[in-house]
Amino acid sequence: MSLEASRRQLLVDSLGIMVSAGGFGLVYGLSARAAGFSPLEASAMSIIVFGGASQFVAVGYVLGGFSWLAIVLLTAFLNARHLLYAAALAPYLADQPRPLRAMMAHVLTDEAFALAIAHFRRIGRADVRGYWMGAIISTFIPWNLATLVGVTIGGSIPEPSRFGLDVIFPAAMGGLAVGLITGRRELVAAISGAVTGVAVALAWDPAAGIIAGGVIGPLVGMAVRPGPRDHEREGQLAFGPEPAHEHAIPYVPQRSEHAHDDPSEGLP
Amino acid sequence: MSTDLIPLAVLMGLATYPFRAVPLLAPGFERLPERVRLYLRLVGPSVLAALAAVNTMVIRDAERNPVFHVGPEWLAVGLCILVVALRRSLLIGLVLAAGSIAVLRALGLATLP
Repeated sequence: MSLEASRRQLLVDSLGIMVSAGGFGLVYGLSARAAGFSPLEASAMSIIVFGGASQFVAVGYVLGGFSWLAIVLLTAFLNARHLLYAAALAPYLADQPRPLRAMMAHVLTDEAFALAIAHFRRIGRADVRGYWMGAIISTFIPWNLATLVGVTIGGSIPEPSRFGLDVIFPAAMGGLAVGLITGRRELVAAISGAVTGVAVALAWDPAAGIIAGGVIGPLVGMAVRPGPRDHEREGQLAFGPEPAHEHAIPYVPQRSEHAHDDPSEGLP
Repeated sequence: MSTDLIPLAVLMGLATYPFRAVPLLAPGFERLPERVRLYLRLVGPSVLAALAAVNTMVIRDAERNPVFHVGPEWLAVGLCILVVALRRSLLIGLVLAAGSIAVLRALGLATLP
């Protein structure tokens, strides 16, 4: 798929993520307000941590009078899955300047990863502007604006769950997972990840389940023989219009000499 | 306006950033062996499916213990996945998912989480 077509697809996909980030950000802001956070404190957490689940837990733990050490350790545990995201994106971004990668890392969330990996695999290389689009425009800005609205305006806002906004996040993650399935191995990895995730979540903790699913799913997928047509489909993946031709896009990210991006052009 | 919790936010940020940054900043990731590249390619569908499944099927009870949940959210998420698989449109899938659950809740057929 061409860069422009993939960016258009990314923009459309981002709309749903934007609504989801806004809805959750609002709920976080409301929760923070109820726990006695000032707007400055709630916003500082959304800007500096920028990790939904860990922020919700922090609100609950602050309210419950837990120690800061416990909150920080739990934050590390909850956000450890980002290591997998960064590792999966790293081969694509290896040619980008280090300060740029350092900035990109700060906004690497579930949503940013899901949008970026689908976009990069559609075009077979990195796209810095596309990354910022998914990470900043569709996630960081709505999350932070909604946090501010929730913590300042508070109770006059209707419950977002009434409008079904709570299902947007899992639905978006499921839909984006389907978009990444191009063969038998991806399918098996996705199913294994889901089953492992739920099993570990029930036996121990939901955050541990997500990490376990992300670690074990690929191992199961690798143990499976690729399907007869998987090789030619490898790299096409992701949703959006079907490719107009049969040429498979190589998975291996292209090096900078093939990339047309000026790394600085997409800076937020 | 209180700023007492800002140092906590900084500490939480410091606990999070290395997980996001180390693989992106460590040298050598562009020269990974084929098996590792295959593994990383499968991380995407695997972790996203785990996120979807855990957020749909596992909730916490009054004692904060994780419990298996069966509810109309399954239908909404399944609908979105079906739309993406058949129509290749995430936006339409999300609109249908949120819309269906909102209608069910408005009709009193689904409880608020």
